[in-house]
Amino acid sequence: MKERRGQGYLFVAPSVVILFVVALCPIAMAVWLSLRRVILVFHEDRFVGLANYRFLLQDSRFFAALGNTAYFAAVSLLIEVGLGLPIAMLLHRAFRGRGVLRAAVLVPWAIPTVVSARMWAWMWNPDYGLITRVLHTQDVDFLGMPAYAMHAAILVDVWKSTPFVALLLLAGLAGIPEELYRAARVDGASKRGIFFSITLPLLRPALVVTVLFRALDALRVFDAIYVLTGGGPANTTETLSIYSYKTMMRSGDFGYGSTLAVATFLVVVLVSILYLNTIGRGAVGTTEDKR
Amino acid sequence: MKAPSMGARLATALGAAIAAVFFVGPFAWLLLTSLRPEGEITEVSLPSALSSSSYANAFHGRPFARVLLNSLVVAGATTIFCLAVASAAAFALAKLELRGKRALLSAALAVSMFPPIATVSPLYLALKEVHLLDTPLGLVIPHTTFALPLALWVLTGFFREIPDELYRAARVDGCSPFQAFRKVMVPLAMPGFATTAILVFIFSWNEFLYALTFTSSPSHRTVPVAISLFAGEHTEPWGEIAAASVIATLPLVIFTLMFQRRIVAGLTQGAVKG
Repeated sequence: MKERRGQGYLFVAPSVVILFVVALCPIAMAVWLSLRRVILVFHEDRFVGLANYRFLLQDSRFFAALGNTAYFAAVSLLIEVGLGLPIAMLLHRAFRGRGVLRAAVLVPWAIPTVVSARMWAWMWNPDYGLITRVLHTQDVDFLGMPAYAMHAAILVDVWKSTPFVALLLLAGLAGIPEELYRAARVDGASKRGIFFSITLPLLRPALVVTVLFRALDALRVFDAIYVLTGGGPANTTETLSIYSYKTMMRSGDFGYGSTLAVATFLVVVLVSILYLNTIGRGAVGTTEDKR
Repeated sequence: MKAPSMGARLATALGAAIAAVFFVGPFAWLLLTSLRPEGEITEVSLPSALSSSSYANAFHGRPFARVLLNSLVVAGATTIFCLAVASAAAFALAKLELRGKRALLSAALAVSMFPPIATVSPLYLALKEVHLLDTPLGLVIPHTTFALPLALWVLTGFFREIPDELYRAARVDGCSPFQAFRKVMVPLAMPGFATTAILVFIFSWNEFLYALTFTSSPSHRTVPVAISLFAGEHTEPWGEIAAASVIATLPLVIFTLMFQRRIVAGLTQGAVKG
């Protein structure tokens, strides 16, 4: 049957218009604001060109936040894939209690990050926390120590996001034909050989997508750190989103805050482009072409 | 295939047990803390009795009931709005001939990967301009930024699973594309709608950055914001925080566990097939 093209566009029009209004317009406005000096309380609002960006390039606090964000993303991602893959392989196996375990890993996913952050903060409480008491480290304020605070935030992220990683990889594992494993076993392949020559290569598309999703999510981290440390102690856990938020909402500087926000956005875009053109090359394209 | 050896079975069981304890343990501890009698909140031994006093105290002297209602309104409205808008588009993307399908889906995916901080300042100024700061509607709009792409992806996946023949049959029987969508496709996609609704609702219920930035008065906050700012007069009221956290979370956890198969399907189809 011949469809009239026009009707299809009517169906998608509302979504397109709304995405334009709530996503693209604000981004464009953020770029515009980043070229201005906007201090709400002083009713100051004037065009300053690239002055904010010039300041950004000399702002050591910005580079520290960039470094903290990169560290947070890299370490949490490594741990999440390192734990998520074995859990996915475990869930892929048939054993009694598999349903229970799959349900169990979904619990952290459903819990608001704010709640998980407060929950972990409670367990680390220097006076009464479960962890501090079990480790006999009372009076050590883990969240107040630069060396520990960032890792505490990473642990919260690992707890919440590893299940997501495991479930995505599990879906990837489910897509590998069972015959391949059977054939390899008939040929006498070792377990390690099967993992490296069948599982890992065929899981690659799922891995590539999972890592990209998690990386972009980690680069915008805000909730866990805001609740756990607020960026402290001494800005050692301050990430790009936290610094930008503080500049806008605490210092009331919407111009430079927007510059930081745009910089965060550009970091995310750059990482995606670099990733898709190097590690992700081919893997993402092939899955899309299957449609 | 030969049965796995004793050692392999033991390793599986051990791994599964450690994973289950790691993922459920902290929440169980939170639950236990919330149920301790007032004097035993800071104990690590098992409580002498279970008490609901922390739950009563969580509502005492702060607008926590109102906060729960706010979250319900914001998440509910976001869910209904995004599903209504996205369902038509998802149907068209899955079943109609359109140019730029890939472009639209890619754009939606790109939007969902935005760092939300990038839109905080313009949205703040815009909402201030139209006097929607500190209102539920003022949160539905920014939540749509991320909820709409999510709904679009998940629903498109579900519409694709419905055989094309059913749509074509409806058209042959004289339905317009819109009638075919409303009378044939929507009822068939109901399980997909339920899944998408749960995902969008949980996203909106849990969202923190916008809710923190765009609300200011205690009675207009959402649950995550209220919990992040939960404070007592002198010391941190851990029992009450735990109780409030459990109230804010338990319905979602139960919901998630009830619909776990569908949620996993919905979560993974967008990601892995895309």
